[in-house]
Amino acid sequence: MTEPVFELEVLRYRPETENTPVFQTYTVPYNEDWVVLDALTHIKDNIDRTLSFRWSCHMAVCGSCGVMINGEPKLSCHSFLRDYFPGKVRVEPLTNFPIERDLVTVADSFMEKLASVKPYMIAETERPVSAGEYLQSPMDLNLFKPYTMCINCMLCYAACPQIGLTPDFVGPAALALAHRYNLDTRDGGREERQDIAASTVGVWDCTFVGACSQVCPKSVDPAAAIQQMKISSTVDWYKTLLPPWGNE
Amino acid sequence: MNRRPYIRKMPKFWWLGQRRYTIYMVRELTCVFIGAYVIVILVGLFRLTQGPAAYGAYLTALQTPVAVGFHLLALGFALLHMATWFNLTPQAMPLRFGEKTVPGAVIIMVHYIVWIVISVALVLVAKV
Repeated sequence: MTEPVFELEVLRYRPETENTPVFQTYTVPYNEDWVVLDALTHIKDNIDRTLSFRWSCHMAVCGSCGVMINGEPKLSCHSFLRDYFPGKVRVEPLTNFPIERDLVTVADSFMEKLASVKPYMIAETERPVSAGEYLQSPMDLNLFKPYTMCINCMLCYAACPQIGLTPDFVGPAALALAHRYNLDTRDGGREERQDIAASTVGVWDCTFVGACSQVCPKSVDPAAAIQQMKISSTVDWYKTLLPPWGNE
Repeated sequence: MNRRPYIRKMPKFWWLGQRRYTIYMVRELTCVFIGAYVIVILVGLFRLTQGPAAYGAYLTALQTPVAVGFHLLALGFALLHMATWFNLTPQAMPLRFGEKTVPGAVIIMVHYIVWIVISVALVLVAKV
């Protein structure tokens, strides 16, 4: 009996030899415990060592191995061959990002967007260490806990058509993180983040396609975060028209 | 080493490739019918200001097959928008009472109940 095999069509781009990416088909042994990342590693180790792809933890924590699998953004370490067997899979680099080489994308734009929303604690008033911890109740923690699960895998950016259509859009993960810190009772940096988050390239470029939340491997629900930020930003705007908050 | 990142163009009909994008585009494009319906209502109000004859002509025009067809279509799309919006509400407006989070299904259900109550009330008022 012949051993079962599995076929992968992988998009290759070797900038030194190709002007446009091309698909290359690889056949690997089928193992029902394998994920797509195992198949890619098998190709690199045994078939074609020129194949480039990113990975690190192999357990859906590091967020490095995001690729398109049959057109769907997925973590390759989280996608079992058995879910596609006996069919084949088409593996491509994440859409909406330039391709550096093969399955490796250029993530610079994402890194800049992430930094632009100041995704870190900005205390309203700095306290000396001697003043002790910033206290927070479990209830306060629950407010933002789901948004802390983001692993920056960028699957949501690949799923979001607005990122493709308006590349300046800050995007789901960065805005969800901004929301995460805005909701944190220890934080006082919302106003600083609003410069970007409440701007056109911030929440208002989102048209609530909702794909970001559907593809998130960590159930972060960035779409919800963005809609909630739209509401709070709208409330801010109305407040500027009304006493006692308004200037006039 | 010289870098030469390759930028892929977004296909013109990107929304036809995947079901979720197609559904999204249907949602976006059908809002044109909602806008058109609002214009029809505004025209009606304008005709009302012009006197009984003008308003009568407007009402007659509404009974043509084209007008009835448009209204049925607009009603269908309005129901689609209602359902999609109600279903998205728990994401946009989560409710919390103390430590308890109100389940999304409850938020959606309350919307439907309020919609039915208002619709029935409107029909009753229109009959009076």
